[in-house]
Amino acid sequence: MLTVDALTKTYKTGDKALRAVGFTVPKGQVVGLIGPSGAGKSTLIRCINRLVEPTEGRVLLNDLDVTALPAAGLRRARRRIGMIFQEYALVERLTVMENVLSGRLGYVGFWRSFLRRFPETDIENAFRLLDRVGLMSHADKRADALSGGQRQRVGIARALAQDPELLLIDEPTASLDPKTSRQIMRLIVEICAERGLPAIINIHDVLLAQQFTQRIIGLRAGEVVFDGDPAALDENVLTRIYGEEDWTAMRRAAEEDDAAERDAAERMAGMV
Amino acid sequence: MPVTETARGPVWQLRTPRARLLMWLGWFAVVALTVWCWQVMTKDTIWAFVADAPSQAADIGARAFPPRWSYAEKLWLPLWDTINIATLGTMLGVAIATPVAFMAARNTTPSAMFARPAALFIIVASRSINSLIWALLLVSILGPGLLAGIIAIALRSIGFVGKLLYEAIEETDATQIEAIEATGASGAQLLTYGYWPQIAPAFWGISVFRWDINIRESAVLGLVGAGGLGLQLQASLNVLAWPQVTMILIVILGTVVFSEWVSARVRHAII
Repeated sequence: MLTVDALTKTYKTGDKALRAVGFTVPKGQVVGLIGPSGAGKSTLIRCINRLVEPTEGRVLLNDLDVTALPAAGLRRARRRIGMIFQEYALVERLTVMENVLSGRLGYVGFWRSFLRRFPETDIENAFRLLDRVGLMSHADKRADALSGGQRQRVGIARALAQDPELLLIDEPTASLDPKTSRQIMRLIVEICAERGLPAIINIHDVLLAQQFTQRIIGLRAGEVVFDGDPAALDENVLTRIYGEEDWTAMRRAAEEDDAAERDAAERMAGMV
Repeated sequence: MPVTETARGPVWQLRTPRARLLMWLGWFAVVALTVWCWQVMTKDTIWAFVADAPSQAADIGARAFPPRWSYAEKLWLPLWDTINIATLGTMLGVAIATPVAFMAARNTTPSAMFARPAALFIIVASRSINSLIWALLLVSILGPGLLAGIIAIALRSIGFVGKLLYEAIEETDATQIEAIEATGASGAQLLTYGYWPQIAPAFWGISVFRWDINIRESAVLGLVGAGGLGLQLQASLNVLAWPQVTMILIVILGTVVFSEWVSARVRHAII
């Protein structure tokens, strides 16, 4: 369980990125974090594992106060928090296997990791995870030889290799096409359900968030302006989060996109 | 501002009239300086010597040919010394330059207040002194021989390798580093998993490139007594044995061509 309590971040420039943000995510819940660019979504999830140092407030992970930890304790806490990134953030020149095993860095000593002599169980587990995300045959390829969707699967496997108690996911689909985006979102949601993992997904695509998450938190200018069921996300709420816009037109356009995509898929299937 | 408002609407030009005038003055100054420098340069020239130059060059050329091929036997050992000076000097230089580069790079320096300026000073100091000067100093400190040459090459290499390497470190992709940091990795693990894979091609490319340069530099270090082919070169020049000088130059040329080939192959293999 994750509790965020009155979290505030003020940058050196004086910009207030977060203003007393608070919420609780129970075990197994997948939360979609939406809001306009610059609302503080990225800052919020980076404050949870302190890649960005929060100015005030507390983050509790299963009763462990992450915000109060000294450096060594923070590293121990970080290994229980898996993170998945927008641009995959794989180490491009390492192999897929090395990237997945890098999720174990917090658990093994320097020389073991330097010589790539990871414990047998870690390697077995890495193979299981690669199998789970459907990349079993790619273990020996270099990360930069994979497609976007495959790289993001490696990113997911790396986060899971940490044996996390929480997943922080930063725009997982922003660099992917609509179909791959849905596959990746489905995979993430399935995995969270299998493991009872709580997750915070920072996402631009409102419809995707509604389709796959169990709860939506809307952020505007560093403040929570909506927290509730995805079904309750109507035009009024969207206007509160993003400002004035023709939301029905957006939905209609998205439906047309979906229809066109289905159409194209059928045509492709017909050609084969 | 290049955009000016006129009655017919905004007009865009690349430069303002003021900038154009400054450009014109700048070019005028360059031409004037060139003319003046030509005058200074030619004032003390003895034109009789210049007129004489082709025949002088032809004279030395005639005495230098054919090269004394049998002299090659005496060159293999100095050549081996030269290659050793370059290789060991490069290894020592790279070993020192790598931590210096990490201290100098903005994103990895342990302290921007102290460590970074210190590292940058080491780099500038090493780069500003030619390896021949380093060798001159070291021969008078350590005595003549290979050791002085190796250390001279190493000292000169620190700046070159350090500067290029720290630029490569600063150009690494921050999100890959962030991802490794988020797994709970320690500082040393961050260096080996986050930074090292990203800078490895630059590291090997720079090292081999510097080795290639060092082969050339170590060939002349003997001129000041630091061992290698240069010692033979100096001895031959002192007794005006031009055919031997030609032979030495041929050996140096062959070695440099070889090192160019090796460095091209290595760089091709790692990218």
